[in-house]
Amino acid sequence: MKDEQKTIPQTVPRQSWTYSQEINSEIRRAAATGIYDIRGGGAKRKLPHFDDLLFLGASISRYPLEGYRERCETKVVLGTRFAKKPITLDIPVTIAGMSFGALSGAAKEALGRGATLSGTSTTTGDGGMTPEERGHSKTLVYQYLPSRYGMNPDDLRRADAIELVVGQGAKPGGGGMLLGQKISDRVAKMRNLPKGIDQRSACRHPDWTGPDDLEIKILEIREITGWEKPIYIKIGGARPYYDTTLAVKAGADVVVIDGMQGGTAATQDVFIEHVGQPTLAALPQAVKALQDMGMHRKVQLIVSGGIRTGADVAKALALGADAVAVGTAALIALGDNDPHWEAEYQKLGTTAGAYDDWHEGKDPAGITTQDPELQKRLDPVQAGRRLANYLKVMTLEAQTIARACGKNHVHNLEPEDLCALTVEAAAMAGVPLAGTSWIPGRGGY
Amino acid sequence: MQTIDLATTTLRDLNATLQATKGQTNATAWEIVNPKGSHALAVGLDAPIEVTVKGSTGYYTAGMNKQATVTVKGSAGPGVAENMMSGTVIIEGDASQYAGATGNGGLLVIKGNASSRCGISMKGINIVVHGNIGHMSAFMAQSGNLVVLGDAGDALGDSLYEARLFVRGSVKSLGADCIEKEMRPEHIAILQDLLAQAGADAKPEEFKRYGSARKLYNFNIDNASAY
Repeated sequence: MKDEQKTIPQTVPRQSWTYSQEINSEIRRAAATGIYDIRGGGAKRKLPHFDDLLFLGASISRYPLEGYRERCETKVVLGTRFAKKPITLDIPVTIAGMSFGALSGAAKEALGRGATLSGTSTTTGDGGMTPEERGHSKTLVYQYLPSRYGMNPDDLRRADAIELVVGQGAKPGGGGMLLGQKISDRVAKMRNLPKGIDQRSACRHPDWTGPDDLEIKILEIREITGWEKPIYIKIGGARPYYDTTLAVKAGADVVVIDGMQGGTAATQDVFIEHVGQPTLAALPQAVKALQDMGMHRKVQLIVSGGIRTGADVAKALALGADAVAVGTAALIALGDNDPHWEAEYQKLGTTAGAYDDWHEGKDPAGITTQDPELQKRLDPVQAGRRLANYLKVMTLEAQTIARACGKNHVHNLEPEDLCALTVEAAAMAGVPLAGTSWIPGRGGY
Repeated sequence: MQTIDLATTTLRDLNATLQATKGQTNATAWEIVNPKGSHALAVGLDAPIEVTVKGSTGYYTAGMNKQATVTVKGSAGPGVAENMMSGTVIIEGDASQYAGATGNGGLLVIKGNASSRCGISMKGINIVVHGNIGHMSAFMAQSGNLVVLGDAGDALGDSLYEARLFVRGSVKSLGADCIEKEMRPEHIAILQDLLAQAGADAKPEEFKRYGSARKLYNFNIDNASAY
């Protein structure tokens, strides 16, 4: 009998899809601590994304441009609707808003340096405008946030554009929390709060509710700044069609739409992974809203959330964006999550590429920290150069694709240049499934 | 006294004129007539000028004010003196919601009542309300002083940081982490000074002081029921 049992084939131990090792570990962590998991970054789950789209390239019916010989323009003008002084970017890639406080002063300086070398803009975040950032950023977008930390009319006037933040893709409908360990003397002073306490950033603006109020708020900001500055409205990818419509109605010069892959300095993991829409789904809805109002290209559209390569840039522009913004990718270019610091990531219980406890202020790369010693690890000049290199590569890649599609400006890329690899991506992007003329949701089935 | 008539002058021209006085050293008096509830009146000023608005105003009157003294001879709409940096704003009538929101400095005097969320997220401004204030006033107030001669509505000082709240009348309810605190001599002195500046006929001893219990300053799961 015993011999027979030995010969019975055994099934391979099967891990549950529903109760995966990752889910089980989270259940154990929650049971041990009684508190939800906080982390930085954007959605990590696999989502339909620009990877699910392909360019068709030129053919007999499409005439390509000669690489390295024929020009393919990349210039972008933002704020042409109402602002007396629209801003001009040399490339269609900008740096998304990230706060001093969440990031070190050196990191903010590096972002400014890299953006300026590349002829593009960078953006402040919650916590106000630092002199280093203003000084090293030729074109600086100043965020106007619910917390109004550090907000003042002089910085508003020093800005080149103003971004009124309604929401962000990582947490549409959520505020923020900068934990006490990152509140240095300087951060505390800029935010007018005691050192070492958790600083909450409200989820709603304190002095307006709804689109009618927002229109008046924009009027006030324009009156304070002499109608010079482009006014952006940043929204999370929650209800992009209606939010874009309302932002335009309220008077925006530029709409910024941030999908759920867009990063945050810190919020609940459950929020990041389960609220909002993927960038690929949000962007076409925003474009449609602009088109339905006859405002496409009149109100410029910036998209962010998981933009990593020139291919992503080209695909976003082909779907109707005027520019893209990068945040997480810019931090990686500076040195975030670099395998060089693997030994230290291991000490923190993580590994390079997965490190996301940015709120704890222990970043081995010296970027998402206010620790004076860790900050020294980031040379803002070298890091700025790395960012500029990266932005240059993205631009060259986007130009390469645009030329292959026969476009002499990256803005001439269009949905007709694309096909989708999956039914989901075809439905979201509104482009045909590869090898078919089928766009799910259109044509009756 | 120079007069600007909003029946014949655009808002843009009005604000541009007042903002252009920046840097001048001579104090200048301006009078605005026919405001008719206009929004964003006298915003972004940055000079020690005196502006008197003859009538009621809309949203964000004297927003982000620096140095100037702005008096409204009527009532003011939402967000009066929002994010004020310095100077003085006086409302002869009532003020709508969010009065003095996120103000960093200066003095806001409301001679009538103020609606809900008065002093929300204030960051150093002093606000004196001769009448009553509405619910959720001083929500997340960071610093500065809010003085109320009348009564306060529900949830006063919810999620308060370091702002000081002085109320002479009743408080319908206190918000999360807001408690009554001892009125010490230094508080009496602060109150006396503010009451004098605001032309308020009241004795500091008649007020109670409210402030933060500081229990929500660092996240603690045991406080979850307070959120």
